[in-house]
Amino acid sequence: MKALLLRDLRLAVRAGGGFGLGLAFFLIVVVLVPFGVGPDTALLGRIAPGILWVASLLAALLSLDRIFALDFEDGSLALLATSPLPMEGVALTKATAHWITTGLPLTIAAPVLGFLLNLAPQAYAYLLLSLLLGTPALSMIGTFGAGLTVGLRRGGLLLSLLVLPLYVPTLIFGAEAVRRGADGLDPTGALMLLGGITAGTFALLPFATAAVLRINLR
Amino acid sequence: MSIWEYANPTKFMGWTAPVMRVAFWLAGLCLATGLIWGFFFTPDDFRQGSTVKIIYLHVPSALMAINAWMMMLVASLIWIVRRHHVSALAARAAAPVGMVMTLIALFTGGIWGQPMWGSYWEWDPRLTSFLILFLFYLGYIALWEAIEDPDTAADLTSVLCMVGSVFAILSRYAVNFWNQGLHQGASLSLDKEENVANVFWVPLLVCIAGFVLLFIALVLMRTRTEIRARRMRALQARAQRA
Repeated sequence: MKALLLRDLRLAVRAGGGFGLGLAFFLIVVVLVPFGVGPDTALLGRIAPGILWVASLLAALLSLDRIFALDFEDGSLALLATSPLPMEGVALTKATAHWITTGLPLTIAAPVLGFLLNLAPQAYAYLLLSLLLGTPALSMIGTFGAGLTVGLRRGGLLLSLLVLPLYVPTLIFGAEAVRRGADGLDPTGALMLLGGITAGTFALLPFATAAVLRINLR
Repeated sequence: MSIWEYANPTKFMGWTAPVMRVAFWLAGLCLATGLIWGFFFTPDDFRQGSTVKIIYLHVPSALMAINAWMMMLVASLIWIVRRHHVSALAARAAAPVGMVMTLIALFTGGIWGQPMWGSYWEWDPRLTSFLILFLFYLGYIALWEAIEDPDTAADLTSVLCMVGSVFAILSRYAVNFWNQGLHQGASLSLDKEENVANVFWVPLLVCIAGFVLLFIALVLMRTRTEIRARRMRALQARAQRA
Protein backbone atom coordinates (compact mmCIF):
# COMPACT_ATOMS: atom_id res chain seq x y z
CA MET A 1 0.00 0.00 0.00
CA LYS A 2 2.80 2.35 0.95
CA ALA A 3 4.81 1.36 -2.11
CA LEU A 4 1.81 2.00 -4.37
CA LEU A 5 1.19 5.35 -2.73
CA LEU A 6 4.81 6.40 -3.16
CA ARG A 7 4.81 5.20 -6.77
CA ASP A 8 1.70 7.22 -7.57
CA LEU A 9 3.08 10.31 -5.89
CA ARG A 10 6.39 10.03 -7.76
CA LEU A 11 4.56 9.56 -11.05
CA ALA A 12 2.40 12.59 -10.39
CA VAL A 13 5.33 14.81 -9.48
CA ARG A 14 7.93 13.66 -11.99
CA ALA A 15 5.95 12.57 -15.03
CA GLY A 16 4.58 16.05 -15.55
CA GLY A 17 1.05 17.33 -15.92
CA GLY A 18 -1.22 16.30 -13.10
CA PHE A 19 0.43 17.91 -10.13
CA GLY A 20 0.71 21.57 -11.14
CA LEU A 21 -2.13 21.51 -13.62
CA GLY A 22 -4.93 21.30 -11.07
CA LEU A 23 -3.49 24.21 -9.10
CA ALA A 24 -3.05 26.35 -12.21
CA PHE A 25 -6.63 25.58 -13.23
CA PHE A 26 -7.86 26.57 -9.77
CA LEU A 27 -5.98 29.88 -10.02
CA ILE A 28 -7.36 30.63 -13.48
CA VAL A 29 -10.98 29.91 -12.57
CA VAL A 30 -10.74 32.15 -9.52
CA VAL A 31 -9.09 34.92 -11.55
CA LEU A 32 -11.73 34.65 -14.30
CA VAL A 33 -14.70 35.11 -11.98
CA PRO A 34 -14.09 38.83 -11.26
CA PHE A 35 -13.87 39.43 -15.02
CA GLY A 36 -17.30 37.82 -15.31
CA VAL A 37 -19.14 39.48 -12.42
CA GLY A 38 -17.30 42.81 -12.24
CA PRO A 39 -14.75 44.22 -9.79
CA ASP A 40 -17.24 45.05 -7.02
CA THR A 41 -15.31 43.93 -3.91
CA ALA A 42 -18.39 43.71 -1.66
CA LEU A 43 -20.12 41.36 -4.11
CA LEU A 44 -16.94 39.32 -4.61
CA GLY A 45 -16.50 38.98 -0.86
CA ARG A 46 -20.03 37.65 -0.55
CA ILE A 47 -19.69 35.03 -3.28
CA ALA A 48 -16.06 34.14 -2.49
CA PRO A 49 -16.82 31.00 -0.38
CA GLY A 50 -18.94 29.52 -3.15
CA ILE A 51 -16.46 30.37 -5.89
CA LEU A 52 -13.50 28.94 -4.00
CA TRP A 53 -15.40 25.72 -3.34
CA VAL A 54 -16.74 25.32 -6.87
CA ALA A 55 -13.30 26.09 -8.32
CA SER A 56 -11.54 23.54 -6.12
CA LEU A 57 -14.19 20.99 -7.04
CA LEU A 58 -13.59 21.57 -10.74
CA ALA A 59 -9.84 21.45 -10.25
CA ALA A 60 -10.18 18.11 -8.48
CA LEU A 61 -12.38 16.87 -11.32
CA LEU A 62 -9.75 17.76 -13.90
CA SER A 63 -7.26 15.10 -12.85
CA LEU A 64 -9.72 12.32 -12.05
CA ASP A 65 -9.47 10.38 -15.31
CA ARG A 66 -5.72 9.99 -14.74
CA ILE A 67 -6.28 7.96 -11.59
CA PHE A 68 -6.85 4.64 -13.32
CA ALA A 69 -6.67 5.32 -17.07
CA LEU A 70 -2.90 5.03 -17.51
CA ASP A 71 -2.62 2.00 -15.23
CA PHE A 72 -5.48 0.38 -17.12
CA GLU A 73 -3.84 0.97 -20.49
CA ASP A 74 -0.39 -0.35 -19.67
CA GLY A 75 -1.77 -3.30 -17.71
CA SER A 76 -0.47 -2.40 -14.27
CA LEU A 77 -4.02 -2.31 -12.97
CA ALA A 78 -4.41 -5.98 -13.89
CA LEU A 79 -1.14 -6.65 -12.06
CA LEU A 80 -2.43 -4.79 -9.02
CA ALA A 81 -5.60 -6.89 -9.15
CA THR A 82 -3.53 -10.08 -8.88
CA SER A 83 -1.25 -8.69 -6.16
CA PRO A 84 -1.84 -9.61 -2.50
CA LEU A 85 -3.19 -6.11 -1.86
CA PRO A 86 -7.02 -6.29 -2.07
CA MET A 87 -8.75 -4.13 -4.65
CA GLU A 88 -10.34 -2.10 -1.86
CA GLY A 89 -6.86 -1.19 -0.67
CA VAL A 90 -5.87 -0.17 -4.18
CA ALA A 91 -8.92 2.11 -4.41
CA LEU A 92 -8.17 3.66 -1.04
CA THR A 93 -4.51 4.22 -1.91
CA LYS A 94 -5.35 5.74 -5.27
CA ALA A 95 -7.83 8.13 -3.65
CA THR A 96 -5.25 9.11 -1.04
CA ALA A 97 -2.61 9.73 -3.69
CA HIS A 98 -5.08 11.84 -5.66
CA TRP A 99 -5.87 13.85 -2.56
CA ILE A 100 -2.21 14.47 -1.73
CA THR A 101 -1.50 15.65 -5.28
CA THR A 102 -4.62 17.81 -5.77
CA GLY A 103 -6.74 18.27 -2.63
CA LEU A 104 -3.89 19.18 -0.31
CA PRO A 105 -2.24 21.78 -2.62
CA LEU A 106 -5.67 23.28 -3.31
CA THR A 107 -6.34 23.58 0.41
CA ILE A 108 -3.03 25.32 0.98
CA ALA A 109 -3.46 27.64 -2.01
CA ALA A 110 -7.08 28.57 -1.32
CA PRO A 111 -6.43 31.21 1.39
CA VAL A 112 -4.06 33.07 -0.94
CA LEU A 113 -6.79 33.19 -3.57
CA GLY A 114 -9.20 34.29 -0.85
CA PHE A 115 -7.32 37.60 -0.80
CA LEU A 116 -8.01 38.06 -4.50
CA LEU A 117 -11.72 37.62 -3.88
CA ASN A 118 -11.84 39.83 -0.79
CA LEU A 119 -12.94 37.03 1.52
CA ALA A 120 -13.94 38.19 5.02
CA PRO A 121 -10.89 37.91 7.38
CA GLN A 122 -12.65 35.73 9.96
CA ALA A 123 -13.50 33.13 7.30
CA TYR A 124 -9.92 32.06 6.42
CA ALA A 125 -9.64 29.51 9.20
CA TYR A 126 -12.96 27.95 8.20
CA LEU A 127 -12.01 27.95 4.52
CA LEU A 128 -8.85 26.04 5.34
CA LEU A 129 -10.64 23.68 7.71
CA SER A 130 -13.59 22.99 5.40
CA LEU A 131 -11.32 22.26 2.43
CA LEU A 132 -9.13 20.05 4.58
CA LEU A 133 -12.21 18.10 5.69
CA GLY A 134 -14.04 18.13 2.36
CA THR A 135 -11.45 17.57 -0.39
CA PRO A 136 -10.72 13.94 0.66
CA ALA A 137 -14.38 13.18 -0.04
CA LEU A 138 -14.02 14.78 -3.49
CA SER A 139 -11.04 12.51 -4.21
CA MET A 140 -12.77 9.37 -2.98
CA ILE A 141 -16.01 10.01 -4.91
CA GLY A 142 -13.93 10.88 -7.94
CA THR A 143 -11.97 7.65 -7.64
CA PHE A 144 -15.26 5.76 -7.74
CA GLY A 145 -16.26 7.68 -10.88
CA ALA A 146 -12.86 7.01 -12.45
CA GLY A 147 -13.20 3.31 -11.72
CA LEU A 148 -16.66 3.31 -13.27
CA THR A 149 -15.50 4.83 -16.57
CA VAL A 150 -12.00 3.32 -16.82
CA GLY A 151 -12.91 0.90 -19.61
CA LEU A 152 -14.36 3.59 -21.85
CA ARG A 153 -12.39 5.22 -24.61
CA ARG A 154 -13.94 8.67 -24.24
CA GLY A 155 -14.84 8.49 -20.58
CA GLY A 156 -13.73 12.00 -19.59
CA LEU A 157 -16.96 13.85 -20.32
CA LEU A 158 -19.11 11.04 -18.98
CA LEU A 159 -16.98 10.98 -15.84
CA SER A 160 -17.85 14.61 -15.06
CA LEU A 161 -21.53 13.98 -15.74
CA LEU A 162 -21.50 11.06 -13.29
CA VAL A 163 -19.33 12.60 -10.59
CA LEU A 164 -20.62 16.18 -10.38
CA PRO A 165 -24.10 15.29 -9.04
CA LEU A 166 -22.39 13.14 -6.42
CA TYR A 167 -20.41 16.20 -5.31
CA VAL A 168 -23.53 18.16 -4.38
CA PRO A 169 -23.71 17.37 -0.63
CA THR A 170 -19.98 17.98 -0.13
CA LEU A 171 -20.21 21.30 -1.94
CA ILE A 172 -23.26 22.42 0.02
CA PHE A 173 -21.78 21.71 3.43
CA GLY A 174 -18.31 22.98 2.51
CA ALA A 175 -19.42 26.31 1.09
CA GLU A 176 -22.02 26.71 3.83
CA ALA A 177 -19.36 26.31 6.54
CA VAL A 178 -17.21 29.06 4.99
CA ARG A 179 -20.23 31.34 4.46
CA ARG A 180 -21.30 30.95 8.05
CA GLY A 181 -17.76 31.65 9.17
CA ALA A 182 -17.70 34.80 7.02
CA ASP A 183 -21.02 35.99 8.44
CA GLY A 184 -19.85 35.40 11.99
CA LEU A 185 -22.28 32.53 12.58
CA ASP A 186 -21.43 29.19 14.11
CA PRO A 187 -20.21 26.82 11.35
CA THR A 188 -19.72 23.76 13.59
CA GLY A 189 -22.79 21.95 12.29
CA ALA A 190 -21.78 22.26 8.64
CA LEU A 191 -18.19 21.25 9.42
CA MET A 192 -19.31 18.18 11.34
CA LEU A 193 -21.61 17.08 8.52
CA LEU A 194 -18.77 17.65 6.05
CA GLY A 195 -16.47 15.47 8.15
CA GLY A 196 -19.26 12.90 8.31
CA ILE A 197 -19.51 12.77 4.52
CA THR A 198 -15.75 12.32 4.20
CA ALA A 199 -15.68 9.57 6.80
CA GLY A 200 -18.67 7.88 5.18
CA THR A 201 -17.23 7.95 1.67
CA PHE A 202 -13.88 6.60 2.86
CA ALA A 203 -15.63 3.81 4.75
CA LEU A 204 -17.97 2.68 1.97
CA LEU A 205 -16.84 3.82 -1.46
CA PRO A 206 -13.61 1.73 -1.58
CA PHE A 207 -15.87 -1.34 -1.73
CA ALA A 208 -17.97 0.09 -4.56
CA THR A 209 -14.82 1.20 -6.39
CA ALA A 210 -13.24 -2.23 -6.01
CA ALA A 211 -16.44 -3.81 -7.33
CA VAL A 212 -16.53 -1.66 -10.47
CA LEU A 213 -12.80 -2.17 -11.07
CA ARG A 214 -13.25 -5.94 -10.93
CA ILE A 215 -16.14 -5.67 -13.39
CA ASN A 216 -14.08 -3.52 -15.73
CA LEU A 217 -11.11 -5.88 -15.58
CA ARG A 218 -13.23 -8.94 -16.32
CA MET B 1 -42.99 -22.99 -9.08
CA SER B 2 -41.40 -19.84 -7.75
CA ILE B 3 -41.95 -16.22 -8.63
CA TRP B 4 -38.54 -16.07 -10.34
CA GLU B 5 -39.76 -18.26 -13.17
CA TYR B 6 -41.69 -15.29 -14.51
CA ALA B 7 -38.32 -13.63 -15.12
CA ASN B 8 -37.43 -16.17 -17.79
CA PRO B 9 -37.34 -14.06 -20.98
CA THR B 10 -39.67 -16.34 -22.96
CA LYS B 11 -42.18 -16.53 -20.13
CA PHE B 12 -41.79 -12.82 -19.55
CA MET B 13 -42.68 -12.08 -23.16
CA GLY B 14 -45.68 -14.37 -22.79
CA TRP B 15 -47.31 -12.92 -19.71
CA THR B 16 -46.41 -9.29 -20.28
CA ALA B 17 -48.25 -9.01 -23.61
CA PRO B 18 -51.76 -9.16 -22.14
CA VAL B 19 -50.76 -7.37 -18.94
CA MET B 20 -49.29 -4.52 -20.94
CA ARG B 21 -52.41 -4.19 -23.04
CA VAL B 22 -54.67 -4.09 -19.99
CA ALA B 23 -52.36 -1.61 -18.24
CA PHE B 24 -52.42 0.72 -21.25
CA TRP B 25 -56.21 0.65 -21.45
CA LEU B 26 -56.67 1.16 -17.72
CA ALA B 27 -54.09 3.96 -17.69
CA GLY B 28 -55.89 5.72 -20.53
CA LEU B 29 -59.20 5.30 -18.77
CA CYS B 30 -57.91 6.54 -15.41
CA LEU B 31 -56.07 9.50 -16.88
CA ALA B 32 -59.04 10.53 -19.03
CA THR B 33 -61.45 10.23 -16.11
CA GLY B 34 -59.15 11.87 -13.59
CA LEU B 35 -58.03 14.75 -15.79
CA ILE B 36 -61.50 15.58 -17.18
CA TRP B 37 -63.01 15.29 -13.71
CA GLY B 38 -60.22 17.36 -12.22
CA PHE B 39 -60.16 20.07 -14.87
CA PHE B 40 -63.88 20.58 -15.46
CA PHE B 41 -65.85 19.22 -12.53
CA THR B 42 -63.99 20.41 -9.43
CA PRO B 43 -64.44 23.87 -7.93
CA ASP B 44 -61.66 26.48 -8.00
CA ASP B 45 -59.58 26.84 -4.89
CA PHE B 46 -60.62 29.92 -2.93
CA ARG B 47 -57.08 31.29 -2.78
CA GLN B 48 -55.32 29.78 -5.79
CA GLY B 49 -58.20 30.02 -8.27
CA SER B 50 -58.10 27.62 -11.19
CA THR B 51 -54.28 27.27 -11.12
CA VAL B 52 -54.75 24.59 -8.48
CA LYS B 53 -55.83 22.20 -11.21
CA ILE B 54 -52.29 21.61 -12.39
CA ILE B 55 -52.00 19.46 -9.26
CA TYR B 56 -53.49 16.59 -11.30
CA LEU B 57 -50.35 16.45 -13.41
CA HIS B 58 -47.78 17.77 -10.96
CA VAL B 59 -48.27 15.47 -7.99
CA PRO B 60 -48.58 12.14 -9.87
CA SER B 61 -45.57 12.84 -12.08
CA ALA B 62 -43.45 13.88 -9.09
CA LEU B 63 -44.48 10.71 -7.25
CA MET B 64 -43.59 8.56 -10.23
CA ALA B 65 -40.27 10.34 -10.73
CA ILE B 66 -39.15 9.09 -7.32
CA ASN B 67 -40.85 5.70 -7.60
CA ALA B 68 -39.20 5.05 -10.95
CA TRP B 69 -35.79 5.48 -9.34
CA MET B 70 -36.85 3.18 -6.50
CA MET B 71 -37.93 0.59 -9.05
CA MET B 72 -34.57 0.90 -10.81
CA LEU B 73 -32.82 0.41 -7.47
CA VAL B 74 -34.79 -2.76 -6.73
CA ALA B 75 -34.23 -4.08 -10.25
CA SER B 76 -30.50 -3.35 -9.97
CA LEU B 77 -30.32 -5.21 -6.67
CA ILE B 78 -32.10 -8.19 -8.20
CA TRP B 79 -29.64 -8.15 -11.11
CA ILE B 80 -26.63 -7.99 -8.78
CA VAL B 81 -27.92 -10.75 -6.50
CA ARG B 82 -29.73 -13.13 -8.84
CA ARG B 83 -28.39 -12.22 -12.31
CA HIS B 84 -31.78 -12.10 -14.06
CA HIS B 85 -31.17 -10.35 -17.36
CA VAL B 86 -34.76 -9.15 -17.59
CA SER B 87 -34.28 -7.29 -14.33
CA ALA B 88 -31.30 -5.32 -15.66
CA LEU B 89 -33.21 -4.56 -18.85
CA ALA B 90 -36.23 -3.37 -16.85
CA ALA B 91 -34.00 -0.97 -14.91
CA ARG B 92 -32.63 0.32 -18.19
CA ALA B 93 -36.15 0.64 -19.60
CA ALA B 94 -37.45 2.57 -16.59
CA ALA B 95 -34.74 5.27 -16.61
CA PRO B 96 -35.97 7.41 -19.55
CA VAL B 97 -39.57 7.10 -18.32
CA GLY B 98 -38.51 8.31 -14.88
CA MET B 99 -36.50 11.12 -16.41
CA VAL B 100 -39.51 12.34 -18.38
CA MET B 101 -41.65 12.17 -15.22
CA THR B 102 -39.04 14.34 -13.46
CA LEU B 103 -39.16 16.83 -16.33
CA ILE B 104 -42.99 16.92 -16.25
CA ALA B 105 -42.90 17.57 -12.51
CA LEU B 106 -40.33 20.35 -12.93
CA PHE B 107 -42.20 22.02 -15.80
CA THR B 108 -45.66 21.84 -14.27
CA GLY B 109 -44.13 23.06 -11.02
CA GLY B 110 -42.69 26.07 -12.83
CA ILE B 111 -46.00 26.84 -14.51
CA TRP B 112 -47.75 26.54 -11.17
CA GLY B 113 -45.09 28.51 -9.33
CA GLN B 114 -45.20 31.54 -11.59
CA PRO B 115 -48.66 32.81 -10.52
CA MET B 116 -48.30 31.54 -6.93
CA TRP B 117 -44.76 32.52 -5.95
CA GLY B 118 -44.13 35.07 -8.69
CA SER B 119 -41.30 33.13 -10.32
CA TYR B 120 -40.87 30.04 -12.44
CA TRP B 121 -37.89 28.84 -10.48
CA GLU B 122 -36.81 29.16 -6.87
CA TRP B 123 -33.81 27.48 -5.28
CA ASP B 124 -36.13 25.70 -2.94
CA PRO B 125 -35.02 22.36 -1.43
CA ARG B 126 -37.70 20.29 -3.15
CA LEU B 127 -37.17 21.90 -6.52
CA THR B 128 -33.41 21.65 -6.24
CA SER B 129 -33.44 18.01 -5.23
CA PHE B 130 -35.63 17.23 -8.23
CA LEU B 131 -33.15 18.96 -10.48
CA ILE B 132 -30.40 16.83 -8.93
CA LEU B 133 -32.52 13.71 -9.44
CA PHE B 134 -32.80 14.70 -13.11
CA LEU B 135 -29.00 14.88 -13.33
CA PHE B 136 -28.75 11.41 -11.78
CA TYR B 137 -31.10 10.05 -14.43
CA LEU B 138 -28.99 11.70 -17.14
CA GLY B 139 -25.78 10.16 -15.81
CA TYR B 140 -27.36 6.72 -15.46
CA ILE B 141 -28.72 6.73 -19.01
CA ALA B 142 -25.44 8.07 -20.39
CA LEU B 143 -23.49 5.27 -18.71
CA TRP B 144 -25.82 2.64 -20.21
CA GLU B 145 -25.34 4.15 -23.65
CA ALA B 146 -21.56 4.41 -23.33
CA ILE B 147 -20.68 0.78 -22.55
CA GLU B 148 -20.84 -1.76 -25.32
CA ASP B 149 -20.76 -5.09 -23.50
CA PRO B 150 -24.32 -5.53 -22.13
CA ASP B 151 -23.34 -7.47 -18.98
CA THR B 152 -20.62 -5.01 -18.01
CA ALA B 153 -23.04 -2.16 -18.63
CA ALA B 154 -25.68 -3.82 -16.45
CA ASP B 155 -23.18 -4.38 -13.62
CA LEU B 156 -21.72 -0.89 -13.68
CA THR B 157 -25.06 0.90 -13.93
CA SER B 158 -26.38 -1.20 -11.05
CA VAL B 159 -23.51 -0.10 -8.83
CA LEU B 160 -24.02 3.49 -9.98
CA CYS B 161 -27.72 3.24 -9.19
CA MET B 162 -27.00 2.05 -5.65
CA VAL B 163 -24.31 4.64 -4.91
CA GLY B 164 -26.44 7.29 -6.61
CA SER B 165 -29.43 6.45 -4.42
CA VAL B 166 -27.41 7.08 -1.28
CA PHE B 167 -26.15 10.39 -2.62
CA ALA B 168 -29.60 11.40 -3.89
CA ILE B 169 -31.03 10.95 -0.40
CA LEU B 170 -28.06 12.76 1.08
CA SER B 171 -28.57 15.67 -1.33
CA ARG B 172 -32.26 15.76 -0.52
CA TYR B 173 -31.48 16.52 3.11
CA ALA B 174 -28.38 18.60 2.42
CA VAL B 175 -30.38 21.15 0.42
CA ASN B 176 -32.74 21.50 3.40
CA PHE B 177 -29.75 22.68 5.37
CA TRP B 178 -28.87 25.20 2.71
CA ASN B 179 -32.16 26.94 2.05
CA GLN B 180 -35.58 27.06 3.60
CA GLY B 181 -38.35 26.27 1.19
CA LEU B 182 -41.38 27.88 -0.36
CA HIS B 183 -42.83 24.56 -1.42
CA GLN B 184 -45.49 23.22 0.89
CA GLY B 185 -44.91 20.05 2.87
CA ALA B 186 -46.48 16.70 2.11
CA SER B 187 -50.25 17.06 1.85
CA LEU B 188 -51.14 13.52 0.84
CA SER B 189 -49.85 11.46 3.77
CA LEU B 190 -51.98 8.48 4.67
CA ASP B 191 -51.46 8.91 8.40
CA LYS B 192 -52.66 12.48 8.69
CA GLU B 193 -56.14 13.64 9.64
CA GLU B 194 -56.17 16.65 7.38
CA ASN B 195 -55.30 16.18 3.73
CA VAL B 196 -56.37 17.92 0.59
CA ALA B 197 -60.15 18.37 0.59
CA ASN B 198 -62.10 15.42 -0.73
CA VAL B 199 -63.32 17.21 -3.87
CA PHE B 200 -59.71 17.41 -5.07
CA TRP B 201 -58.49 14.25 -3.38
CA VAL B 202 -60.60 11.69 -5.26
CA PRO B 203 -59.81 12.82 -8.83
CA LEU B 204 -56.17 13.19 -7.76
CA LEU B 205 -56.12 9.55 -6.62
CA VAL B 206 -57.57 8.52 -9.98
CA CYS B 207 -54.80 10.48 -11.73
CA ILE B 208 -52.12 8.90 -9.56
CA ALA B 209 -53.48 5.45 -10.39
CA GLY B 210 -53.41 6.43 -14.06
CA PHE B 211 -49.77 7.51 -13.86
CA VAL B 212 -48.76 4.31 -12.03
CA LEU B 213 -50.49 2.19 -14.68
CA LEU B 214 -48.97 4.25 -17.48
CA PHE B 215 -45.52 3.79 -15.93
CA ILE B 216 -46.02 0.01 -15.66
CA ALA B 217 -47.23 -0.21 -19.25
CA LEU B 218 -44.37 1.90 -20.61
CA VAL B 219 -41.72 -0.01 -18.67
CA LEU B 220 -43.13 -3.35 -19.83
CA MET B 221 -43.20 -2.13 -23.40
CA ARG B 222 -39.64 -0.83 -23.28
CA THR B 223 -38.40 -3.99 -21.56
CA ARG B 224 -40.00 -6.08 -24.30
CA THR B 225 -38.29 -3.91 -26.90
CA GLU B 226 -34.94 -4.41 -25.14
CA ILE B 227 -35.44 -8.18 -25.05
CA ARG B 228 -36.30 -8.23 -28.75
CA ALA B 229 -33.29 -6.04 -29.55
CA ARG B 230 -31.04 -8.41 -27.64
CA ARG B 231 -32.50 -11.44 -29.41
CA MET B 232 -31.91 -9.73 -32.72
CA ARG B 233 -28.27 -9.10 -31.83
CA ALA B 234 -27.89 -12.74 -30.86
CA LEU B 235 -29.38 -13.86 -34.18
CA GLN B 236 -27.11 -11.52 -36.12
CA ALA B 237 -24.06 -12.79 -34.25
CA ARG B 238 -25.09 -16.38 -35.02
CA ALA B 239 -25.65 -15.54 -38.70
CA GLN B 240 -22.20 -13.97 -38.92
CA ARG B 241 -20.55 -17.03 -37.44
CA ALA B 242 -22.34 -19.42 -39.78
